[in-house]
Amino acid sequence: MAKIVIDGVSYEVNPDNNLLQECLSQGLDLPYFCWHPCMGSAGACRQCAVKQYRDEEDKDGILVMACMTPASDGSIISIEDDGAKSFRSSVIESLMISHPHDCPVCEEGGECHLQDMTLMSGHNYRRYDKKKVTHLNQYLGPFINHEMNRCITCYRCVRYYDDYAGGTDLSAQATHHHTYFGRHEDGVLESEFSGNLVEVCPTGVFTDKSFSENYTRKWDLQVAPSVCTGCAVGCNTTPGERYGSLRRIVNRYNSEVNGYFLCDRGRFGFDYVNNDDRLKEAVKQIDGNEEVQSKEKIREVLTEIANGATIGIGSPRASNEANFALRCFVGDENFYSGMSDSEHELSQLVLGLNRDPSFQTPSVREIEKADAVIILGEDVTNVAPRIALALRQSVRNKALDLAKDCNIPAWQDAAVRELAQHERSPLCVLSSYVSRLDDIASDSLIDSSANLANIAYAIANKIVNSAPAAADVAAEYNDVIDRVAQQLSAAKNPLVIAGTSSDNADLIKAAANIARALSKENGTNLCLLVPEVNSLGVSLLSGTKNSLSSAFERIQNGSVSSAIIVENDLYRRASHNEVDSVLDKLSNLVVIDQLPNATTAKANYLLPSTAFSEHEATFVNYEGRAQLSFQVYRNQSNAQSAWRWLSDAEDGDVDALVNRCAAEAKGFDKLGNLLPDPEEFIAGMKIPRQSHRYSGRTAMKANLNVHEPKQEEDSESVMSFSMEGISSQKDASILASSWSPQWNSNQSISKFQEEVNGELKQGHTGAMLIARSETAGSYFPPPTVESTNKLQLALAYQIFGSDELSAQSAIIQERMTDAYVSIAPVDAEARDIKQGDMVELGDFSAKAIACIRSRIKPGTIAVYCGDNQIDSHALAVNIGILKFEDSNTGDGKGKGKGLSGLIVSDLLEEEY
Amino acid sequence: MSKNVIASSAVRARKLSADEIAEIEHEMKLYPDKRAVGLEALKIVQKHQGWVSDESLLAIAKYLNIPIADLEGVATFFNLVYRHPVGKNVILFCNSVSCWIMGCDGLREHIKKEVGIDFGETSEDDEFTMIPVPCLGDCDRAPVMMVGSDLHRNLTSEKIDQIISRYRNK
Repeated sequence: MAKIVIDGVSYEVNPDNNLLQECLSQGLDLPYFCWHPCMGSAGACRQCAVKQYRDEEDKDGILVMACMTPASDGSIISIEDDGAKSFRSSVIESLMISHPHDCPVCEEGGECHLQDMTLMSGHNYRRYDKKKVTHLNQYLGPFINHEMNRCITCYRCVRYYDDYAGGTDLSAQATHHHTYFGRHEDGVLESEFSGNLVEVCPTGVFTDKSFSENYTRKWDLQVAPSVCTGCAVGCNTTPGERYGSLRRIVNRYNSEVNGYFLCDRGRFGFDYVNNDDRLKEAVKQIDGNEEVQSKEKIREVLTEIANGATIGIGSPRASNEANFALRCFVGDENFYSGMSDSEHELSQLVLGLNRDPSFQTPSVREIEKADAVIILGEDVTNVAPRIALALRQSVRNKALDLAKDCNIPAWQDAAVRELAQHERSPLCVLSSYVSRLDDIASDSLIDSSANLANIAYAIANKIVNSAPAAADVAAEYNDVIDRVAQQLSAAKNPLVIAGTSSDNADLIKAAANIARALSKENGTNLCLLVPEVNSLGVSLLSGTKNSLSSAFERIQNGSVSSAIIVENDLYRRASHNEVDSVLDKLSNLVVIDQLPNATTAKANYLLPSTAFSEHEATFVNYEGRAQLSFQVYRNQSNAQSAWRWLSDAEDGDVDALVNRCAAEAKGFDKLGNLLPDPEEFIAGMKIPRQSHRYSGRTAMKANLNVHEPKQEEDSESVMSFSMEGISSQKDASILASSWSPQWNSNQSISKFQEEVNGELKQGHTGAMLIARSETAGSYFPPPTVESTNKLQLALAYQIFGSDELSAQSAIIQERMTDAYVSIAPVDAEARDIKQGDMVELGDFSAKAIACIRSRIKPGTIAVYCGDNQIDSHALAVNIGILKFEDSNTGDGKGKGKGLSGLIVSDLLEEEY
Repeated sequence: MSKNVIASSAVRARKLSADEIAEIEHEMKLYPDKRAVGLEALKIVQKHQGWVSDESLLAIAKYLNIPIADLEGVATFFNLVYRHPVGKNVILFCNSVSCWIMGCDGLREHIKKEVGIDFGETSEDDEFTMIPVPCLGDCDRAPVMMVGSDLHRNLTSEKIDQIISRYRNK
């Protein structure tokens, strides 16, 4: 700890930080642009100038940039000094010279860091009356708008996009007054994390395109704290609503999970909620006709069904409440997780390993701290994107170590990068196709998943002899096995990543072996990824034996005749033929879901459920971290939360259900901790979802009736659909949107953190549900590999398309590709397949586009099934592939997207 | 008259010539990092092609295996890397303090009248392109300008007419 004096007041600070960081951590107002809590200092904008004094005698002092000056012990500085103030006001005046006067039509207006800083620095009159510099804007794809005239050249965008997120297609161009930030030509920004530019840019150069087309000011949005449902990472988000439609999603800070950043699936994949196809009425479906049913009638039907033999099929995309209510309704033994058989099995394996005391499951923040990483078979960028961004930070730990040795502070961003050049912490990726992390991987091994598992077993064996050795590993891998084993053993904080999406239990088991072999005191970091928002939650609720096929068996042998399916399209969980035959056997099928799909088409009774933004719910992420997501607004149709269809009115509200789940469901005992205690709120007043500046309330329904309707009441939540109440400022534990006097932008978050980058005051980081058991498990034995001369199949995933719900969003669809099969050049040549040809898989009618990639291992293929275009569960592991001869006609199944959205580094190109 | 050709986006890279490749290969031996060769490669291609087209930019990026956006950042940073086609002779016209004091503005007008080009423009016959430069390091003999690689000092309107006609007849 160091003592520094700021404007005559003494503060205890961390000398490893810079002065700007400490001023903000102490709650002081000091304007800045180029500095970002996650990206350190650049010293580019000169906005954070303060006076620093040599000692107490020194009355003159010198101007220093706070972000470039360490907070060393005994520092005496002044923010309020007249010289410093006038310097800062001159700086902002020159930064603002060519900035357009377009705040009223700018999407950033009202939450603009530049507006805040301009005001804070006291620049309120524009003296410059000459012609401003103007630029041409670029088309940057469906997500991001470009308005270069607003740029103040703080360089944050390229520092985020290139340096932090590893993008390669955005750069700073030209010099001085015509410096330009853009692509080399118009085109889609390739990074999966491009949406964060919207929040990183201190002004309106990069704005959210879809929000812009359906725009509402920040203060006119109704918001609530929410959790992203795009994958199992569980990033915290703030969705905003106006006039009954969901307008946008922005990041909500959670120090342990997403920090300041989201992926583009999470930020832009919500539009399905506003889809016209949303189910709105409970209907009885008879021979293609729909008959609307009252809620009472549905209740009767369900009661009748409950008396007979009924099974309930839950879903990894449904909330704990929906799954638990279903389990209560049908009974524990009749509840099924609704995952595919293999995924069910793998998830149970993952759960078991998550309880093993030899391991610990790292949070996203902990992943950033790993100093050696091995990824086994998971395509992290496409399955759990936010973790891929964290891995990009983990490889920088080498650079930070080098800097430490040279006494360079970690926040000296340019110096640290200059020092490290291409030095990175080791990241070894074992995958069936080249992943998007290839550019930072120290070793990238491409092979069939069976061979990869063997290599992984061999690495474990190399680390510790007692770990069982693998059967035949090709000699070509000996060196890399030695190297990776050595890197992992030498690391202080190694991390092993595997997961269920590789569909191979041996990769998970081998990951466990490696982690066990590394044997760290507090458990080795073992991160086992699952694909969907509540995969672990539903796995905790369902019995190990209750696989989907056992449910199907009971239906097939006639022992049950009724089923209730909650938010699950079974055609994604088992082969289409099998699901067809099973569902046709049922005499009663009740399906609850948000959007129509193949399963809802089969329902006798189809009940509409609310989307993530329309109800309060809890989800369990990949770590076993349960998080609470609040309702943002009310669905105006007859849809209701899935659990409510299954509960009696007297069962109470969602909080009662959460408490009941905590009390009754094994492993959920901490779930109740998530609920805020209404007693804690001032004068028992609710937290408003609307800001105190929310406008137009009296007018927004005037087209229907000039009398202002009563505000909707929310009897269930601690939040209200209103602007009245005590907003969740400063110390409240539910913070949808941060705001502080003079800080209207998202940068106000520093006012709510313990310290910059720290936990939120009274932070709400979720409840960890999975406890470690006492006894450690043992090593898994490697399997024996059978050789085959057919092509070995791996499944491929896409960030835009592999998630069922976000794939229904219009702008996500603009980035999706059709089903494709990645194949090695030799295998393609042997079958006379050319780049982009339509091919048939196996001996049935699945068709995909051939994608010849130079680094696919001959003898293997990777199939991306599109948005369920290909029935993945009907594909054999060893598979035949044939050129589809009539390739011009197509089969009408493809959506005509082609492969233009595909971003892979090893696509075979003709010689140029 | 000015002639500003904005080339359409490069879908394909141009094939680098054997000479260009040989010179780039030579530079690659001198630097530890391919990224560092970017500027040299741009200069090499410009020497051979006269300017750096989108197709050339893509070709260099592919050859060096560096992001084209980064290379564009380098190319646009330097005034003397031409991302538009230029005339046969490039006039680097100093408009900095000493030359300004010595009346370069009038000479600029003179060139505008005689050759028909101002800063950033190329004459219709593709002979001349004029670009301003901040200083050519010869202030004691201002006003000065360069044409191609030759420096011309103590300029006057008459001198400029002679110089122009000399290059035109070359």
